Amino acid sequence: MRRPFKTLYEQDIRFWRQPSARWWYGLLLIALCAIPLVSGEFYVGELAGLFIFAIAGVGLMLLTGYTGLVSLGHSAFLGIGAYTEAILLSRGLPFYVTLPAAALVTGFAGVAIGIPTLRMSGLYLAIATLAFGSIVGTVLQKWEHVTGGFDGLPVKSPFLFGIKLDGPNGVYYMSLIGLLLVIWLALNVLRSPLGRAFVAIRDSEVSAQSMGINLALYKTISFGLSAAITGLAGGLFAHYVRHLAPDAFDVLLSIQLVTIVFVGGLGSLHGAIFGAMFMRLLPQGIALVRDDLPNWLGRMPGLEPSIFGLILVLCIMYEPMGINGRWMKVKAYFKNFPMHKASAFRRQKSYAKSERLR
Amino acid sequence: MDDAARLLQLVVNGAASGCIYGLIAFGFVLIYKATEMVNFAQGDIMMLGAFVAYSFIHQFGMNYWVGFGLAIAVTAALGFLLDAVVLRRVIGQPQFAVVMLTLGLAFIFRAGAGLAWTYDSVGFMTPFTNKTVNIGGLVLGQDNVSIIVGTLVLCGVLYLFFSRTRLGVAMQAASQNQLAAYYMGIPVRRIFSLIWAISAGVAAVAAVLLAPVSMIDVNMGFLGIKAFAAAVLGGFGSIPGAVIGGVIVGVVEQLSGYFLPPGFQDVTSNIVLLAVLILRPEGLFGKTIRKRV
Repeated sequence: MRRPFKTLYEQDIRFWRQPSARWWYGLLLIALCAIPLVSGEFYVGELAGLFIFAIAGVGLMLLTGYTGLVSLGHSAFLGIGAYTEAILLSRGLPFYVTLPAAALVTGFAGVAIGIPTLRMSGLYLAIATLAFGSIVGTVLQKWEHVTGGFDGLPVKSPFLFGIKLDGPNGVYYMSLIGLLLVIWLALNVLRSPLGRAFVAIRDSEVSAQSMGINLALYKTISFGLSAAITGLAGGLFAHYVRHLAPDAFDVLLSIQLVTIVFVGGLGSLHGAIFGAMFMRLLPQGIALVRDDLPNWLGRMPGLEPSIFGLILVLCIMYEPMGINGRWMKVKAYFKNFPMHKASAFRRQKSYAKSERLR
Repeated sequence: MDDAARLLQLVVNGAASGCIYGLIAFGFVLIYKATEMVNFAQGDIMMLGAFVAYSFIHQFGMNYWVGFGLAIAVTAALGFLLDAVVLRRVIGQPQFAVVMLTLGLAFIFRAGAGLAWTYDSVGFMTPFTNKTVNIGGLVLGQDNVSIIVGTLVLCGVLYLFFSRTRLGVAMQAASQNQLAAYYMGIPVRRIFSLIWAISAGVAAVAAVLLAPVSMIDVNMGFLGIKAFAAAVLGGFGSIPGAVIGGVIVGVVEQLSGYFLPPGFQDVTSNIVLLAVLILRPEGLFGKTIRKRV
């Protein structure tokens, strides 16, 4: 891990931690912009899906990784965003209104559910959001004259300044821009007092409160922001799938979103991206090896969720910092090459950590 | 059949399914009180218990009561091992890590049950299937009555266990104050594993009691989500509260299926859950406690 010599307090809150990072990310951006020119439609579509899940992952990372609140109902926000986008577009509103509206509506939904539930400890929040997700899923199924019920809802193609943004390439560039925007927003939030307050709440609610942080207010902001970003991802997701079906937004999707955050690595935006890569690549990987597996395993109906579950369990038990943490360790190993210390990353176990109030 | 009798029947049916929610919630609360972990896999442990019972009673052709006892023992052993092998390693990690861990375990259990048994729905004969009992002119299914009676008996047994036996009192002590329990010479770690075993055993009882009214399949564990409503309604730290909460949720669910348009029945438990969290987060029997710094 690079630890630059710090001479200024501003170094801690600079947008670019190291000046050279600018060039590397610039190169990555140019490469990403060029991919649709050289690659087949299938890969472009898959990458667009990855970007959309990365957006949702960044949204959830702000909540879970930085504020320390876990939500098991984020599929509901993805669904609200997607349906808002599709319904507003079908009412004839222009695309540049509908997509921000999808994010805003979802953000308000997040605040509305956050205000009553965030007063409680983290555990209750997980249960409450699980219930909320399941209620929204049922509403999407049963509110037929708005959502189309089980028949689903077709999504109209978006137009921007007279250009039809359709097909994998259109969705790809939309999602890429959305992802860049969200990462830029998240980085700036995290270096502002707002983001610092989030981290303080995560590390200790009691000490955050005694430093003058209004817990309910900041938790609600975090939840609303996270919901709004997930809603934006939902709006893009509507264009990605082009036909919305209510059963896509179930508990399993929520758990997948949380898995992105956990497997990627809590408390880092890189982790959200890594997690989204893992989440989108694993099904492809399974599909590749499926035919070579023995029949009882390869044809198993629940193969994919069970592998997700297994990786989640192994990750929490053996690498709680996720893919990003592993990456940091590998980097540190090569950086300090002959002087590597096994204890450099030893986790501090806090046996006495208790959320019990007595 | 007149309206009052119909209503009474609905209440009995609701109370029966509510007892199942209550028993699953019982497992959550027991583990939560002792170890501060919430076991999101409780519903899936119940599912495993159901399949184990199916193996003993249907596949091996054992007597119902023998199979019942063996299923409880096997599932309890599984609960013990789960704590000793997996959950003990994550002590000290944040609470939501345990939430995710148990969710992951739930997926593995589902796949494991699908591989070991089947992905289809199965069932087995019980002495209570398709029989009725006549109480004062009211005709009720023996299956529902057996669930209610079984729950009452189990609650009585567990009450006696926790209040009268050495082990039960040790468990209470360990969940009230770990450190003090250690000082008193209580093997807290083994006690915690035993608590997991009891809660898995209770889940197995719920599964076997449920068998006459519901088929067994790998997705049975989703009942666990409804059981959260029961646990929260009861205050998430109160064992009698969990069972009473379960009965309330079950009855409300049946009545809403009768009086409200279709579709509401599925979400009733979730709406109850959110309403309780919003209006009375400490539940019916909980206490609010604030942290002192």
